[in-house]
Amino acid sequence: MIGRNLTAAVLAGALGLGLASAAPAQTVVGVTATEIKIGNTNPYSGNASAYGTIGKTIAAYFKKVNDEGGVNGRKITFISYDDGYSPPKAVEMVRKLVEQDQVAAVFQTLGTPTNSAIHKYINQQKVPHLFVATGATKWDDPKNFPWTMGWQPNYQTEGRTYAAYILKNIPDAKIGILYQNDDYGKDYVKGMEDGLGANASKMIIMKQSYEVTDPTVDSQIINLKNSGANVFFNVTIPKFAVQAIKKAHDIGWKPTHFLNNVSSSLASVLKPAGLDASRGLITALYMKEITDPQWQKTQAYTDWVAFMKKYYPDGALDDQSNAFGYTVAQVMTLVLKQCGNDLSRENIMRQAESLKNVELPLLLPGIKVNTSPTDHAPIQQEQLAKFDGERWALFGELFEAYHK
Amino acid sequence: MARRAGVILAVVVIAFAYSLPLYMSGFRLFQFTQVCIYAIALMGLNLLTGYNGQFSLGHGAFYAIGAYISAIMMDQWNIPYGWTIPTAGVLCLIVGFLFGRPALRLEGLYLALATFSLALSVPQILKYFEHWTGGSQGLVLSKPKAPWGLKMTEDQWLYLLTLTVTVLMFVFAANLVRSRVGRAMVAIRDNHIAAETMGVDSALYKSLTFGVSAAYTGVAGALSAIAIAYVAPDSFNVFLSVTFLIGIVIGGLASVWGNVLGAMFIQFVPNFAQDISKAAPWAIFGIFLIGFMYAMPYGIAGGIKRIWISHVLSRVSQKQGGEAVSTTQAQSPSR
Repeated sequence: MIGRNLTAAVLAGALGLGLASAAPAQTVVGVTATEIKIGNTNPYSGNASAYGTIGKTIAAYFKKVNDEGGVNGRKITFISYDDGYSPPKAVEMVRKLVEQDQVAAVFQTLGTPTNSAIHKYINQQKVPHLFVATGATKWDDPKNFPWTMGWQPNYQTEGRTYAAYILKNIPDAKIGILYQNDDYGKDYVKGMEDGLGANASKMIIMKQSYEVTDPTVDSQIINLKNSGANVFFNVTIPKFAVQAIKKAHDIGWKPTHFLNNVSSSLASVLKPAGLDASRGLITALYMKEITDPQWQKTQAYTDWVAFMKKYYPDGALDDQSNAFGYTVAQVMTLVLKQCGNDLSRENIMRQAESLKNVELPLLLPGIKVNTSPTDHAPIQQEQLAKFDGERWALFGELFEAYHK
Repeated sequence: MARRAGVILAVVVIAFAYSLPLYMSGFRLFQFTQVCIYAIALMGLNLLTGYNGQFSLGHGAFYAIGAYISAIMMDQWNIPYGWTIPTAGVLCLIVGFLFGRPALRLEGLYLALATFSLALSVPQILKYFEHWTGGSQGLVLSKPKAPWGLKMTEDQWLYLLTLTVTVLMFVFAANLVRSRVGRAMVAIRDNHIAAETMGVDSALYKSLTFGVSAAYTGVAGALSAIAIAYVAPDSFNVFLSVTFLIGIVIGGLASVWGNVLGAMFIQFVPNFAQDISKAAPWAIFGIFLIGFMYAMPYGIAGGIKRIWISHVLSRVSQKQGGEAVSTTQAQSPSR
């Protein structure tokens, strides 16, 4: 009897010592006293495999965090599977992460169709589904999907940004739109139309679309020029953006030319299209364009290069996707830090919902990450930039599409 | 005797398959649900390629059509999922038969290319009918719950449903290939001129086989839409059709069991390859493919049969005092 009591007392004492740190951790999924498991899927193979480098950068960043002691003493175990951009494979892999690997949270799953496929499941399982890598608008829906959170400004937000600029600065705008005939293209057009409000029907004088399988957009550009438009809203992916910029230049059409952020890369769009032809383009940015010389003297850039050289030497320094992965991994690390010792799924979600005015090195100066239980769209600010023949020169103020 | 052994084996395997929900986690059951779905699709392709000798690189298209028929019926008209499975089968039968008619003029590689065009075009065509198909965003569906108040999880119910459909489809296929129709199919494959001389209507059988093959694949597609609870054009890329071809060749052409083994291969080996190397999973997968083809040129089912035959023959020859059976005989398994 005494013996048993004594054992119990000793046990209780031993537990008591560790209670402050270890006890809560042992009861929650995906977390031990030394480890936090974070799950992810990326297209390392298949059509969208160019984006797979984001997953590799994130893995490299968490390795850096671990080398520097981890998060509150715990190392991050980043489990990332290949989904090949296939929705059924994404479902299988995410179920593996949740049910077999028992991750604490799923983070940065990439692609609109793949995330759509896991959206319901992951919310039913009540697993944090954080900072997904897609520009669709539907991830910011905390009422119906409280466990899912987006990351980048969505396409509609960007469309509204241009609309606000047009309303203010080009009152006699006659807008011609070229867009890709799918949800991505239509989201942008909707953002523009919503932003113009009552003026939309008057200002937008022509809309031309193309299919992603089309060989060129030359005839659409000619039609747009002939319509008499003085503003060109160019919603195209890089291949067609190059064609559109070149063609407009060649036929001597000189509208105010808004180019969507999707194709704002110097290396893959503006240089192939011709720097001279690209002069005067306007786009909306939220991240520092990593090949832009204006940032290459800053500490943020030096740190990024040092990180890449040490942890991801195979990664390209001129690939914006790598800068993207680096930035989003920083915010995830921050959320885990804020969790302190309570790494339950509820608390991870609560902390992800309470980011206040977070600034990150590779976001544009002044852009702040903000979230709340009713706001699952972390970045909603963008700034316009004009291409001066060499770099994107920021101008005007930060634009916020929705005032919270 | 071999026939009876086959039936006993089938009963044991089916009983084992039905017992899986008793001790398997939801995730594993989901994976085996996928295996069942793939097995049905492979059975369909195997009827066409293995038994009838027609090549198809486009069965991903029928899989997609089946999936979308099921998804649109559930999403647009709220039809219970159970009805969507036979509907997908019947509609794919018609589509397959109609496609099979003109494709009759094409043989071998030319037919493979013609069907490949199906696999290429269907995902894009789906985007045009955005009103029904949801465009490239796809359609999000609800996972069915167990009916009749059964105390089962969704995964358990889906697995048992899929398994039951698989067993029914396999029993039908096994009977079909042993019937007069099946013999006609094989005769056309082996020598269509000889078959026609014997009075087999080659054109009719070929397009019928195409239809039945598409129906099987369509049913598999419908089940996949229900199991994944989501369809999008990206789910049915060209690689899916190639995967099916890999499945039947690895499993074993013109073998009913081969489809189950092939389905396991295409479900589990890519994951396994990924566990070995994150950097080059498809290179590892390729090594597995070459390894299997080298070790078992007639597929896994063919390899097992070969081992079994040589085992039986060696026992027979021992009884007869050896010598009677040469090894060359043992090494030429029937397909």
